[in-house]
Amino acid sequence: MDLTNLHPGSEVDGFRVGEKIHEGGMAVLYRVEREGGGFPMLMKVPRLEFGSHPSCYVGFEVEQMILETLTGPHVPRWVTKGSLEDTPYLVMEYVEGRSLHEYAERAPIPAEEAARLVAALATAVHDLHRQEVIHLDIKPANVIYRPDGRAVLVDFGLARHGHFPDLVEEEFHRPVGTAAYISPEQVKGNRDNPRSDLFAIGVILYQLCTGQLPFGEPTTLGGFRRRLFLDPVPPRVWAPGLPEWMQEIILHCLEIEAGKRYATAAQIAFDLTHPDDVPLSGRAARLKRAGLPVIARRWWRSLRTKPGTNAAPTTHLAQAPQILVAIDPGSGQEALRREILAAVRQATAADANCRIMCVTVLEPDISTEQETGHELANSLYTQRLVELHHWAAELRLPAHRLRFHVLEGTDAAATLVEYARQNHVDQIIMGARGSSALRRILGSVSARVVAEAPCTVTVVRSPRSHQ
Amino acid sequence: MGIAALNPSYAGLNLRILNSGAVMKIAVLSDIHSNIEALLACLAHARRHGAEQYVFLGDLLGYGADPLACIGVIAPMVGDGAVAVLGNHEEAILGGLCESMEPFAREVVYWTRKQLRQPERDFIRALPMTASRGNAFYVHASAASPGRWIYIDNAVAAAKCMDASGAPLTFAGHVHHQCLYYTSGHGAAQVFNPVIGAAIPVSPHRRWLAIAGSVGQPRDGNTAAAYLLHDQQRESLTFFRVPYDYLSAARKVRAAGLPERLARRLETGN
Repeated sequence: MDLTNLHPGSEVDGFRVGEKIHEGGMAVLYRVEREGGGFPMLMKVPRLEFGSHPSCYVGFEVEQMILETLTGPHVPRWVTKGSLEDTPYLVMEYVEGRSLHEYAERAPIPAEEAARLVAALATAVHDLHRQEVIHLDIKPANVIYRPDGRAVLVDFGLARHGHFPDLVEEEFHRPVGTAAYISPEQVKGNRDNPRSDLFAIGVILYQLCTGQLPFGEPTTLGGFRRRLFLDPVPPRVWAPGLPEWMQEIILHCLEIEAGKRYATAAQIAFDLTHPDDVPLSGRAARLKRAGLPVIARRWWRSLRTKPGTNAAPTTHLAQAPQILVAIDPGSGQEALRREILAAVRQATAADANCRIMCVTVLEPDISTEQETGHELANSLYTQRLVELHHWAAELRLPAHRLRFHVLEGTDAAATLVEYARQNHVDQIIMGARGSSALRRILGSVSARVVAEAPCTVTVVRSPRSHQ
Repeated sequence: MGIAALNPSYAGLNLRILNSGAVMKIAVLSDIHSNIEALLACLAHARRHGAEQYVFLGDLLGYGADPLACIGVIAPMVGDGAVAVLGNHEEAILGGLCESMEPFAREVVYWTRKQLRQPERDFIRALPMTASRGNAFYVHASAASPGRWIYIDNAVAAAKCMDASGAPLTFAGHVHHQCLYYTSGHGAAQVFNPVIGAAIPVSPHRRWLAIAGSVGQPRDGNTAAAYLLHDQQRESLTFFRVPYDYLSAARKVRAAGLPERLARRLETGN
């Protein structure tokens, strides 16, 4: 049966075929329905003419292999596959919504809108990396937004699963990806670094904010290789009104050396949703590219091929956990403070890329309606923030590895758990119930956080409470 | 006494027959080498992971101290539909001077010969060189001239084996390292080092060669027994390492007066 030319109304393995949505060189897409299907579905049929080279299968085979293992709201739900030999097809959820491509066509768009869109994208990418998969072809056309704003990644034909053989690499032996978005290490043939996806996120942010592509759309290998040594024009050159924090984030994503980029997509999502907390480095104000000596050095370095990192995506993530430290800086519990500090130091020593989020919860003041109450609340907020900074100073960590947040909420446990969930926190470190002074924020709270948190929770006790 | 009576606990197992056409989970175990502790640990592990049928890829005997106990477990399973093929150690035990073997291996062959009684000898004499079930092909060493006991330790040897088997999935042992080879579109073989415990999809339109590793004598510095699980329904392979009581196995090797280095090998996994 020729599945690439089905008529609406025909049936394939119990699926009723609807309209043809897309007809490309590689695949044909139909909307399909099934009795009791529950959600809209799409059938993807690869174009495999008789005698076509086996490499035509590869993208299809890889997508089938990987999509079947993925779950969650950030990928299309997997339905089924037809057997490859006789009726090759995939059926998956048809994600209804706007594609990022539509937004990119309107670029430049306001930085705040770009931040919102790309934060959702980074959240989706982080979720993918947590499932051991690197997408390796992130581009606006492969990102669709659900009506509730969550991003969905589609097209896994070039993706890489950390536990499976890389069929794509074996097949092509040359860089594969989309010219505008491919990372420097992909150009070198390295397909096992999740930070390649972070580079693509940087390209998309750049594109949304400036309306320009940072590396154009080269068509030759030489053109591809330019990004190995030539950094992009700083985005604020194209868009002088662009906030410095945005340029900081974009150029951090676009670092040529993968190791200098953000460690995880979760960090990007955090910075895009907390722009005021982004520490500005030299990247933020830069208005020129690197000088010739730097470029020459990078070019020389680019000639040497570094071996791949050869680690599964979750291994990368494990080296860059986000650690939330819940503290009550004003409590005066010196022994407990030192213990928490020691626990955090251990964590920072173990994982050189971890990020510490110092957080405290402030009960909103009901009198804030009044002018004086508002000022009072503001000064209390500032006071807490200052204390958090003071607390963290002893860690002696560089600014980019620290974030500070004074949260407001009447229910401290729920506030912490929600914050942890929204910001992809991997571990919470907090003090135990000890004395009455702490109980309000930490004491009675820790048990509930342990029970409800979406991640590991370490409850620290001061030595005295051992007795 | 019939061989099925050797181990009554396995004689009653209701195993599904491999060539019945039903899709199932098949545990593939190779190079057991008379190590009953490792064998029982792997079988228990496989049952916990839903194995419904078993394949033994040869070298059931040799090196270890429990040839009778191992055959006592395996033979009834084969009687109930499990697959077993011949290994070079079985061939050596059945006769000949074994001049090509290293002296310590030869010593164990002679020792094992003395242990076996007629039913066990009949059992190993009846083992086929290769077996084929559905889209899978089973062989101890290489499908390319199975009787020459070629070691598949590179992509070229793997490609020859996959060509010769003609089946989408070939399972082999002999080399005591777990490994997965597959053909690319260019026809060349590629090698993949499997992540332990991860189900690897193996699509039926390319060829795959899975080296199961060794149940009874791992040689990669890890003492844990190695085997793999083939899930026909999900079309996936999962490589496993199973910790077992290697100290007891090593103690028995010494007690039987077998070469010390064989006992050490179990203790170090090297």
